[in-house]
Amino acid sequence: MKPTNIGAPDYFHKVVDCQWACPAHTPVPEYIRLVAAGRYSDAYMINWESNVFPGILGRVCDRPCEPACRRGRVDKEPVAICRLKRVAADLKEDIRPLLPKVPSRKNGRRIACVGAGPASLTVARDLAVLGYEVTVFDNGNSAGGMMRSQIPKFRLPDKVIDEECAYIIGLGVETRFNHWVGSLKETLAEGWDAVFVGTGAPRGRDAEIPGRQEAAAHIHVGIDWLSKVAFGHVSGISKRVIVLGGGNTAMDCCRSARRLGGEDVKVVVRSGYDEMKASPWEKEDAVHEGIPILNFLVPKAFVHQQDKLTGVLFQKVHAEYDAKGRRSLLPTGEPDVLMECEEVLVAIGQENTFPWIERDIGVDFDKWGMPVLNPVTLQSTLPKVFFGGDSALGPKNIITAVAQGHDAAISIDLFCKGRDLKQRLPPMTNLVSQKMGIHEWSYDNQVSEEERKKVPTKALASALKDIKIELELGFDPRLACAEAERCLNCDIETVFTAKTCIECDACVDICPTECISFTSNGEEEDLRGRLKAPAANRDQALYVADGLKTGRVMVKDENVCLHCGMCAERCPTGAWDMQKFLLKLAHAGAEVRRT
Amino acid sequence: MTYLSKPKLLRPDTPKNALGYTRRDYEGAISTLCAGCGHDSISAAIVQACFDLDIEPHKVAKLSGIGCSSKTPDYFLGNSHGFNSVHGRMPSVLTGAALANRDLIYLGVSGDGDSASIGIGQFAHAMRRGVNMTYIVENNGVYGLTKGQFSATTDKGSKSKRGVVNNDSPIDLVALALQLGASYVARSFSGDKEQLIPLIKGALHHRGPAFIDVISPCVTFNNHPGSTKSYDYVREHNEAVNRLDVILPRDPIGASYAPGSLRRIVQHDGSVLHLRKLGEDYDPSDRIGAMNHIQERHALGEIVTGLLFVDASAEDLHRHLNTVGKPLNQLRDAYLCPGSKALEALNASLR
Repeated sequence: MKPTNIGAPDYFHKVVDCQWACPAHTPVPEYIRLVAAGRYSDAYMINWESNVFPGILGRVCDRPCEPACRRGRVDKEPVAICRLKRVAADLKEDIRPLLPKVPSRKNGRRIACVGAGPASLTVARDLAVLGYEVTVFDNGNSAGGMMRSQIPKFRLPDKVIDEECAYIIGLGVETRFNHWVGSLKETLAEGWDAVFVGTGAPRGRDAEIPGRQEAAAHIHVGIDWLSKVAFGHVSGISKRVIVLGGGNTAMDCCRSARRLGGEDVKVVVRSGYDEMKASPWEKEDAVHEGIPILNFLVPKAFVHQQDKLTGVLFQKVHAEYDAKGRRSLLPTGEPDVLMECEEVLVAIGQENTFPWIERDIGVDFDKWGMPVLNPVTLQSTLPKVFFGGDSALGPKNIITAVAQGHDAAISIDLFCKGRDLKQRLPPMTNLVSQKMGIHEWSYDNQVSEEERKKVPTKALASALKDIKIELELGFDPRLACAEAERCLNCDIETVFTAKTCIECDACVDICPTECISFTSNGEEEDLRGRLKAPAANRDQALYVADGLKTGRVMVKDENVCLHCGMCAERCPTGAWDMQKFLLKLAHAGAEVRRT
Repeated sequence: MTYLSKPKLLRPDTPKNALGYTRRDYEGAISTLCAGCGHDSISAAIVQACFDLDIEPHKVAKLSGIGCSSKTPDYFLGNSHGFNSVHGRMPSVLTGAALANRDLIYLGVSGDGDSASIGIGQFAHAMRRGVNMTYIVENNGVYGLTKGQFSATTDKGSKSKRGVVNNDSPIDLVALALQLGASYVARSFSGDKEQLIPLIKGALHHRGPAFIDVISPCVTFNNHPGSTKSYDYVREHNEAVNRLDVILPRDPIGASYAPGSLRRIVQHDGSVLHLRKLGEDYDPSDRIGAMNHIQERHALGEIVTGLLFVDASAEDLHRHLNTVGKPLNQLRDAYLCPGSKALEALNASLR
């Protein structure tokens, strides 16, 4: 194998699994250490720079970081990264003095953002601090978009959304609420330098099965119903409710129904439990609230007497996989199941819809009705129109919308300056030794052996009484510190200098997870098999260094390195060093020094 | 040295041996020796050997004397019996323990000072009496604990860290062990675990005195140009005569070798020593040939390593003394004090 180029930003970035998995590449271990140190405001600002909505994401993020967390590979559960973010938001002081200053002289460029969701607000924030005049349009009466209309208040209270949207609007972003943008053509005619479309995926998919029309009064599309609940237009539901669908929206529906008077609430899903789209923790929360999840049942008909819904008829199925691993759901042949209920919530997917964008103005759409975009620049076929969030590449999640907002902001900035949109700046990286003295490192390298801490919650009985009561209380400082200590500090990288190595094997002997080998070089496949412990996880890189006196190579399997620094502590010559790798994405205007 | 304990987290695919133990279960306290000490590698090799052999930790007694090397039993086999004895007196304490209970595996760990200087008499007699033990000397050619004076195994002409040349003749413990009747004699290098681990395994399965001289560089006082026990010097001058694989009776039959390239030696307990020849023909069953070979090569400045001599049919001290098979602490009063009639019979037999 070729020696690893540790100077390439991606190499060490990939070792920080959580940061690599985060669409916005939040420097996770960096802020977790600050949380452990009680520096909550600083931890918040690191998040705010990267992901814009720490308080919101600390409650409802889809957390791609947690399944990626290295701790999950050596321990039962990963670090509670998401909830530590919430700690930073909950316990911070007033951070307004830390927010960037908006230039008093604007640059004369005017940008319209359609929709006031996370993607649009990210664009607004990134551009406002550069001197752009940004106007955000939304048909609602406040900012937040789907974060406000879809996510139940017991998971995400309004005050958190209000606070974090206010930070952005406070940067001089103009808002036009209660304003329905009915035509992109007309908007473009208003002379904006660029238009950003962040209108989400506003249409819930319906269940087109017999009985849908007849019992329509008792069958609701999940996201529409959630938004009616969010804005107080719906405040009750029947005692027996069936929720169709296995995604996170279905989980929000069933848990909301439970709080609005539903006593017998069931979730019924076509697929098996493990294949459900909902995040594991959301499923667990639903089950914890006494909501059964029933799998392998395909809805066949809504059963009704006249226009009164009496139940749903389901066909029993099982999964079969063909040679290519594709799944099909086949009937088991058992008799159909009738489940009685008075109301049904349909949460089987969301779709994009752009009725307000004229098809003849130069914005092309593909055969699925999605805008044709450059996936990197997010520019549409009409150069001054950009997309982001669920409306760009299909429904995903908040953190992806934020990441796309950053990307679109870079594009808009370059576009307005007349530059090539593809000439984007690489991330800022920094690598600094953490050695303070003999056995002294600037980070706490003792690996915590504690289990993942549970977030304290309100007593379930009282929480179920009011849909506005936030269920989770968040970690207190003591729990937060204990949980933060579980972080392995994967950004404190093991850096090897072959020139000073005397091949004494001290690092090999001490390594608690047998990551380090000294052996003759070979092809990757061959090398992976004959290390001290076989390196079976191919997603994780091998760090190869040559230049040793014996002609062998040092090979380190990054997979389960605990970043404990034992190798560096036991190295007699300092050939191993623990160096902190910090990577920050270049956001819009990164090439200009801010004043 | 480090102040932290080793994290307990394990890799998800951590192998377990037949007893259900991981390799980590055979470790001891964290080492307080200098970072990079060869002794730590030897400890790691002992840990690996015991893990591979599925040895029950409570069936091992590890004994040592005084010195850096003799500290190491604290750093491996944390669940075994241990005795840190007087300087140079490990062999006699171990002999006593072995006489009292022959059921344990005896591992004596010593250094060049402990065995070649203050304890050389003890070393000599343990070898010639045929104590059933594995005797490992962690040989760095220097008194590390007292700041780097030459030891009795320092080669003539070798330089100290400050440039002083050693004028005294060295003691070669391997040559002594061969002469004194050790029935398993090997030399290895702490920086070559591939060679060292099988040698330790073979020794643990050997009946009789098994002696391994492990050259173990002292990074602090004896790892400089001019030293003949530095990492670089030993790597350059290492002449391995063979490669050993230890095959236990339960192991599946592995790879086949070209005829004539492999020598199989069956030990008393059924374990098989597979010796792959390296380079010229070397006969590990020829005691006198081994002594000659080592001396010849030493004169050329080479360090001969590998399994240098083995006598698989050797007898040990218990056989020579016809000792009782049961550990003494398991003998009942009736056996220990058979009564006046038995005494009379004994006395009568001596008249």
